[in-house]
Amino acid sequence: MEAILETPLSKPSEGSAGITGYWRTFKPVINRSKCMKCLLCWIYCPEGTVIRINDDVDINYTYCKGCGICANECPAKAIDMVSEE
Amino acid sequence: MRIVLTGNHAVAYAAFLSRVEVVAAYPITPQTQIVEKLAEFIEGGRLKARYIRVESEHSAMAAIIGASAAGARTFTATASHGLTYMNEMVFWAGNARLPIVMAIVCRALAPPWNIWTEHTDILAQRDTGWIQFFCEDNQEVLDTVIQAFKIAEDNRVLLPVMVGLDAFILSHTATPIDIPEQEDIDRFLPPRKPLPFILDVNNPLTHSNMTYPDQTMEFRYRLQKAMERARRVIVEVDEEYGKLTGRRYGGLLDCYKCEDADLGVIVMGSSAGDAKEAVDKLRDEGYKPGVVRIRVFRPFPKEELKEVCRRFKVIAVIDRDLSPGLGGILYAETLTSLYDLRNRPIVQNCIAGLGGRDIRVEDFKLVIKELYRGVEENIEIPPIKWIGIGDV
Repeated sequence: MEAILETPLSKPSEGSAGITGYWRTFKPVINRSKCMKCLLCWIYCPEGTVIRINDDVDINYTYCKGCGICANECPAKAIDMVSEE
Repeated sequence: MRIVLTGNHAVAYAAFLSRVEVVAAYPITPQTQIVEKLAEFIEGGRLKARYIRVESEHSAMAAIIGASAAGARTFTATASHGLTYMNEMVFWAGNARLPIVMAIVCRALAPPWNIWTEHTDILAQRDTGWIQFFCEDNQEVLDTVIQAFKIAEDNRVLLPVMVGLDAFILSHTATPIDIPEQEDIDRFLPPRKPLPFILDVNNPLTHSNMTYPDQTMEFRYRLQKAMERARRVIVEVDEEYGKLTGRRYGGLLDCYKCEDADLGVIVMGSSAGDAKEAVDKLRDEGYKPGVVRIRVFRPFPKEELKEVCRRFKVIAVIDRDLSPGLGGILYAETLTSLYDLRNRPIVQNCIAGLGGRDIRVEDFKLVIKELYRGVEENIEIPPIKWIGIGDV
């Protein structure tokens, strides 16, 4: 008898756990005048929702859960956590 | 080859003969000489395997889960508190259906601090989706570990297996053991076949990812079915191993002098030997008791036990474990199995040998004789009895 797959498998894909942006209570907002473009937020974001565009960054709010790690790690204090309405 | 080995070293030799590829273990207490001996084999170059030293039993099982999912033949060992610390990952291995083999030196859990034999540690893992074996002697320990790989890796099963051996009575007691030839074991246990998925960093996937309420139950159902199929595989593997070595252990149940018996002693682990001796002595006195040793606790041999117990008038279930607030765990499983018998035997639960207290041949004789007296003189038989307990 050949082995039959009897356990779940998944392939990584964008948003495989749903639209997690709904989970947010605080929203990270980048203050462009303070941003040094050091890319630490891009490195630290555990969900890959800080997107790198050349040497600049942006945030994908569809999936950002609002954990605040980017704001905490930012050495220029260029990310504000703004309460969601 | 016949050599003198402790139960711990018998396990290590069995893993060696099974050509394990990855061993992960936490080396500090309550670890045993099992992984020390394996480290020696690997360090000396006799066993070509990767030995991962980890910081806890929880991590040991996590490492083994990863290695097993990647396709390696994996092994680890632990005991008592190490096993309970590992508990979360034990479920992970079972529910992920990974053919891991783990030896458990069955020991009491503290407090009071006690390092001697008891089955409560391994029985507390009974719902983790692992097949569970209990051995009577060190030869069976060695043979069962080898069989365990074959059972675990069978495509009809694909479940992890625990092999339990009683602390000190087996683990630290040296007895002559027959070591099978490597070439025989290589034929019996060929290299592990790949799983139906491949873990590859260049083509990433998640095994045993999150599932939702509309999917999860089906995986539990398949696990239950795999356990049911394992009954037959265990019997087949025991038979095939018997052809190879001349040693058979009865598959799921080891029945001793049960053919004409009217009283059954149900027992697990090393004290089965003492129960058998008591039965022999009482047969000389004209009684007709028999012993049913439960070799496999999961999958529980419900039908097989029911079939053999049909002939008994009265049964003593010896529990070297305790589920506080219920009583013996084996007792509860026995009652469940016998419930749909038309003429159910009287069943007495004997709690015995906790924390490594001796269960002597005399104790078995006394239990059996009192049950005979109860039946003959129509005296009410107490449903639960604590053997050899002092003033409390």
